[in-house]
Amino acid sequence: MSQYLILIYDDEAAWESAPPDTGERIMRGHQAFAEKNGAAVAGGNALQPTGTATTVRPDGADGFTVTDGPFVETKEALGGYYLVEAADLDEAISLAKQVPVLSGGLEVRPIMVFD
Amino acid sequence: MNPAVAAAVAEAHRREWGFVLAATVRVTRDIDLAEECVQDAYATALRVWDERGVPAKPAAWLTTTARNRALDALRRESTLRRLMPMVVENELVDEPALDGDEIADDRLRLICTCCHPALAPEARVALTLRLVCGLTTAEVARAFLVTEPTMAARITRAKKKIAGAGIPFAVPAAAELPGRIDAVLAVVHLVFSTGHTAPIGDRLRRGELVERALDLARILRALLPDDPDVAALLALILLTDARRATRVDAGGQLILLADQDRSRWDRAEIAEGIALVHEALRRRPPGRLALQAAIAAVHAEAPSWEATDWDELVALYDVLGHVWPSPVVTLNRAVAVGFARGPAAGLAELDALGAEPQLAGYGYLAASRADLLRRLGRLAEAQVAYQEALALMDNDVERAFLERRLAEVQPG
Repeated sequence: MSQYLILIYDDEAAWESAPPDTGERIMRGHQAFAEKNGAAVAGGNALQPTGTATTVRPDGADGFTVTDGPFVETKEALGGYYLVEAADLDEAISLAKQVPVLSGGLEVRPIMVFD
Repeated sequence: MNPAVAAAVAEAHRREWGFVLAATVRVTRDIDLAEECVQDAYATALRVWDERGVPAKPAAWLTTTARNRALDALRRESTLRRLMPMVVENELVDEPALDGDEIADDRLRLICTCCHPALAPEARVALTLRLVCGLTTAEVARAFLVTEPTMAARITRAKKKIAGAGIPFAVPAAAELPGRIDAVLAVVHLVFSTGHTAPIGDRLRRGELVERALDLARILRALLPDDPDVAALLALILLTDARRATRVDAGGQLILLADQDRSRWDRAEIAEGIALVHEALRRRPPGRLALQAAIAAVHAEAPSWEATDWDELVALYDVLGHVWPSPVVTLNRAVAVGFARGPAAGLAELDALGAEPQLAGYGYLAASRADLLRRLGRLAEAQVAYQEALALMDNDVERAFLERRLAEVQPG
């Protein structure tokens, strides 16, 4: 078994303007995902919107530059993730297909293993 | 060396590479190691077959040799890691214990891995030619007119993704299979079209690519005998390539379909293709490839250019446009209309395509318009269209044809 991170990207503006029942539907989708795939899910979290993000970059001298906002500004931002156990990429992809999204999508990344 | 042995090894290389590699990957679970072992097995074959004669089952001999080589390598590695290689030890075989289904599964596994949707499309093509067809990196690079280092980097990146992301060496689940087979067919179709009319270069046809595409289609047909899309793709390749001997003259000049010597078309391939088209069309509604093959069949069966059933072709393009809405289909339909109802009708259809953005830069649009204008006697406009087509097309044989036409329509 390998571990994969399923990153959930969605349009925050679409989230904000969505009617309340949409948010409820997505949350029920996450509950259903967790119930169905509990054995495969090793972890996961939702993130606060990118308005709360702070970026920290080495300034090239000895210090750091700390700025307001996410590392990369994109229309669809990282909003949460699942850490899953899967036999291979196909299995990870089939798990990802069950993760509810509003208008965005998912990125599947294998976790690096250091021998 | 006995030339018959060299020929037998070359033949086994072309026909059995994918089979031997697939069976070896099953042991190694590592594509690079498997490739090394298979290359080694072919090199050993050159020597051993020369001494002892060509074995009755060359593929089985090569597979056994490659697998044993792989098991040796794995055992060495295990010993180095001080792990007892018990499992590996027990699997050592003298004769490969392969039944028919296992062979089929291994090859389909390899093809599905090479054409996995998580790989970039150009990497799928490169991997399939390299791993299933046994082309060297240099050969794949030449086929797609990129430098060898570029192609080597593309293949290395794809192999890293297979290993790093855990793309399985497996036939997908039944629910996933149709979509995955579509991706496989797209790769084979691309290999064929690139070989049938090379997008660039001094040859109209790249026979080595056409032959690999035909090999792949035949392998898929053997593996998935009930799949109508597979039957359709094999039919399309056979029916289209049956004209290969007549597409250029002795001087290498392009000969249009209208002027080809139909008595020199490959009748055996046409007969095989027609039977496959009938089979593929039994599914309702017919798929895109089945309709494309049916269109090729209408040409293949027409006794002459004049006797071609253009109305039937227009009707087939109509159905194809429903199944696969694409401006390229509309373009081909307009050309068929130009022969069914005359160049004015064809041009009207073509003009309806207008400034279709997907066709911007598509030389065949300008070339088709030029031909319709030429037949209508609108020579000044034809001249502009030929020049436009020439600016967009990079195959030397097609360009030479367009140059000749351009000279014809230019005021003396």
